[in-house]
Amino acid sequence: MTVIHERESNPAAGDADRPIGYGRIQRKEDPRFVRGKGHYIDDLVLPGMLHGAILRAPVAHARLVSIDTTNALAHPKVLAVITGKDLEGLKLAWAPTLSADVQAVLVTDKVRFQGQEVAFVVAEDRYAARDALELIDVEYDVLPPLVDARKALDADAPLIRDEIEGRTDNKIFDWEMGDAAETDAVFASADVVVSQEMVYPRVHPAPMETCGAVADFDAVNGKLTLYETTQAPHAHRTLFAIVAGIPEHKIRIVSPDIGGGFGNKVGIYPGYILAVVGSIVTGRPVKWVEDRSENLMSTSFARDYIMQGEIAATKDGKILALRTNVLADHGAFNATAQPTKNPAGFFSIFTGSYDLQAAHCKVTGVYTNKAPGGVAYACSFRVTEAVYLVERMVDILARKLEMDPAELRLKNFIKPEQFPYANKTGWVYDSGNYEAAMRLSMQLAGYEDLRREQLQKRAKGELMGIGISFFTEVVGAGPRKHFDIVGLGMADGAELRVHPTGKAVVRLSVQSQGQGHETTFAQIVAEELGIPPENIDVVHGDTDQTPFGLGTYGSRSTPVSGGAVALVARKVREKAKLIAAAMLETRPEDLEWEKGRWFVKGDPTAGKTIEDIAMAAHGTMTLPEGVDGNLDAEVTYDPPNLTFPFGAYICVVDVDPGTGHVKVRRFIAVDDCGTRINPMIIEGQVHGGLTDGVGMALMEIIEFDADGNNLGGSFMDYLIPTAMEVPDWETGFTVTPSPHHPIGAKGIGESATVGSPPAIVNAVVDALAPFGVVHMDMPCTPARVWAAMQGRATPPI
Amino acid sequence: MQIPAPFDYVRATTVENALELLARHGPESRVIAGGHSLIPMMKLRLSRPEWLIDINDLFELDFILRDGGELRIGALTRHSTLLESDEIARLFPIVRDAELVIADPVVRNRGTIGGSLCQADPAEDLSTVCDVLGAVAVVRGPGGERSLAMQDFHRGPYQTAVGQDELLCEVRIPIKARSGSAYEKVERRVGDWAVGAAGASVTLAEDGSIADAAVGLTALGLEHTITEAAGLLRGKRPAEELFADAGRLAAEACDPVADQRGPVDYKRHLADELTRRVLRQACARAAQPAAQTQEG
Repeated sequence: MTVIHERESNPAAGDADRPIGYGRIQRKEDPRFVRGKGHYIDDLVLPGMLHGAILRAPVAHARLVSIDTTNALAHPKVLAVITGKDLEGLKLAWAPTLSADVQAVLVTDKVRFQGQEVAFVVAEDRYAARDALELIDVEYDVLPPLVDARKALDADAPLIRDEIEGRTDNKIFDWEMGDAAETDAVFASADVVVSQEMVYPRVHPAPMETCGAVADFDAVNGKLTLYETTQAPHAHRTLFAIVAGIPEHKIRIVSPDIGGGFGNKVGIYPGYILAVVGSIVTGRPVKWVEDRSENLMSTSFARDYIMQGEIAATKDGKILALRTNVLADHGAFNATAQPTKNPAGFFSIFTGSYDLQAAHCKVTGVYTNKAPGGVAYACSFRVTEAVYLVERMVDILARKLEMDPAELRLKNFIKPEQFPYANKTGWVYDSGNYEAAMRLSMQLAGYEDLRREQLQKRAKGELMGIGISFFTEVVGAGPRKHFDIVGLGMADGAELRVHPTGKAVVRLSVQSQGQGHETTFAQIVAEELGIPPENIDVVHGDTDQTPFGLGTYGSRSTPVSGGAVALVARKVREKAKLIAAAMLETRPEDLEWEKGRWFVKGDPTAGKTIEDIAMAAHGTMTLPEGVDGNLDAEVTYDPPNLTFPFGAYICVVDVDPGTGHVKVRRFIAVDDCGTRINPMIIEGQVHGGLTDGVGMALMEIIEFDADGNNLGGSFMDYLIPTAMEVPDWETGFTVTPSPHHPIGAKGIGESATVGSPPAIVNAVVDALAPFGVVHMDMPCTPARVWAAMQGRATPPI
Repeated sequence: MQIPAPFDYVRATTVENALELLARHGPESRVIAGGHSLIPMMKLRLSRPEWLIDINDLFELDFILRDGGELRIGALTRHSTLLESDEIARLFPIVRDAELVIADPVVRNRGTIGGSLCQADPAEDLSTVCDVLGAVAVVRGPGGERSLAMQDFHRGPYQTAVGQDELLCEVRIPIKARSGSAYEKVERRVGDWAVGAAGASVTLAEDGSIADAAVGLTALGLEHTITEAAGLLRGKRPAEELFADAGRLAAEACDPVADQRGPVDYKRHLADELTRRVLRQACARAAQPAAQTQEG
């Protein structure tokens, strides 16, 4: 790892290794992870626990003729076999998705994608459950599948959702943002217009831990405890109350340690519901944990956008307008987890980092015979697709104008003084200094030297490419008046208790999947109260122990929950001020705060530490009027706007002219996420996202054959990158705080995933410029790169 | 968790014991060594043996031994051992070339040369390596021991001459002076199956011309070595045009199939490109002074 231009974000912290507040400290959760003491769903063993397994459809589209479970039920270790018919009786055969659609829990009428859930076996051990799946006899009447999204709206396309009364086609939605007429007018009079179709292929989050659940229904008191791999435990509780008809106060969702989520663990999968049904039917706890193939074939995929982009500019390189038409493949059920008013998520941020006169986008979502999903994989609600589109289009324009792509970007950036900046599709960017980040990235890369080296290499027939991507992210939804998931406003709560001895516990509504919440949120409290992070326990993931909130996805934990935690700590600090004033027999307005203590203005020796105050709050002293006898507080934070992190990425690749093999030689990532809480955690997030980006750009794709068979159903077929494919990451940063956020922080979780794929593809296309290549679609595998070199680049779908 | 169908398991203690167990449990038994092909297939329930006969205790099959004009490699020798052996790298650099690109360290720590050859996966690298080095496979069974040249041992994708009641025990590779060898693979990612690979072994005459040569391909639809290429190369002096001609022959001789790793035209191109590269490298290695002194 190479770290360039690093400094402590909290220079005031005395001990640089263990700052009380922001700064570089080791993660509090890591000792248990590195010692193998994490507690994941599959580590959970309850007394009398049974095991479930799902029978899945072998074909993509088929009428279900019959299911015979006789032989499976005769297996000596099998306790129950549940079919769609059984669920129909319980009114559980279909469950609402997070996008105003329904999804079959078990097939009742017909199979709509390969790998769909057909039956659920509950047995005494997981081996018997698996063996019994083979004893279920299912008869299918195979139907022609709809695999190609481009044909989804054809008159003769197979109708996938024929169970919905009155439905005659496969369209899910049409959605537009921006002014079409205004945009068309700008295009009509522009000097230069370039257009390009590009595909962001279907990829999969592939978290290291697959999805799973342990359901424990207590028939005596009617309480369901559901241990689940979920990024959003509170939202799941409410949805389970709606789906299963169990009163919400009788549901406890526990999300233990999560081995990676990336959006894959936002939705409610049939397996979770089936574990609950299994526990209700058998009266015993039921564990269900999917295997790798089940995870890859049936759970939330990501992307699958076919985008037609157009960019208009003056001949001297002033970008005027952007427009795009998108065909979005959502699979067999619309089970994305977008905010209600945003069926294509935040794709309308496709105007990127540029000051435009006009922009318009139209997205059409369609059903196909593929697994449902579509929000997952660190995409910030479709910002990934948006950034890819604009950053490829800008590079294509640069080629057309014969301008350096860095120069073209610098010429068109939104300027620092233009913030807050209202773009043409309704977003108000909070803050930014794009030119500074771009210039820092170019300086770290040695951009001019790289271009010189490239010229020399080209003269020798060597293929070196330099790719730039400049992204603007949009993360941290709410405000809740604009953004909700199935009616639940996107806000988050925090509760803080300071114990009598000055140690604290902070309870969150968000749930870590590896992001380091136990450290970051303790640091925020530490910064506000001066209590060392190691003395602050962070509790999350258990709905019986934490306040309500919408959970962790879309990089929203720091922008939303981080705001909640800062505010709750300040609430405690203000309460401490009242108590300290009483202790010091002075007025609150005569006190001044320094980290960890209130003291009398002008008399620094007369003060009370937060520990003193905590003991007094719980002690025998008569507290000021209106002050409860504790040092606790709670808040719900409804952010006034989203936050807009940004970054400048430069990638250097070498392409083997004989084989088309791409080697990522260098990658320089300058990120700006506003106030930096723990630089080490930020770097870790960036490293992970960049690695994701290499995967998507070079190798990842879930393909289907003409029959709808999933060709990416194992890690032998679906490739994710290893350490061998990635370079030493070179990271840098600028700091442009968010003006509206309580601590000025923005999100960082998905910046690198959003920003890196276009940098890599731009580098590959740049390397192939001598062959006249202006665009090639991901993944840039050796065979696809070689085809592009032959002038035969083809879309992957 | 992916779970295999039910099976029984027994650990063999000696080669004789392994042969007895194979005879006793019959056609539904399978030998397991590293298990990195068999176990995934069992977990996907594509393979459902009733018995697994574990030969990992047969340390007598884990050796690398110089024996006169041959190098003998026990069938239970792990990939990592082959990779780390300086003697093998000196005598047969193609082995280290190939081992560096076989799967990943975790697989190399368990997988064995015997397992690789017996699995005979079309994308398996060591079959090509043994082909071009002219290796001999030593197989033992109830009737005793027999030695098979690679063209007799390897019978096609997933097929070898090893009978159900037999065990591959060792591989013998002839050592030749003035020889060099090389292997190169294109893969989408480290650890993926090859898109395509090529291996070559070359022996030079004292005058520097090619006395003998062998070229083989992996994952490109060609079993054994390319006889036309050997015929072309023999007696000629190493030169770029010669390698290009051999590359063209390789592209013509191969018969790849299109899959997610690439279309047919790209794979044919790789047969050509990689053949040229490995011949260039093998000839350069054969001409190095160190190669002159190896005993024939």
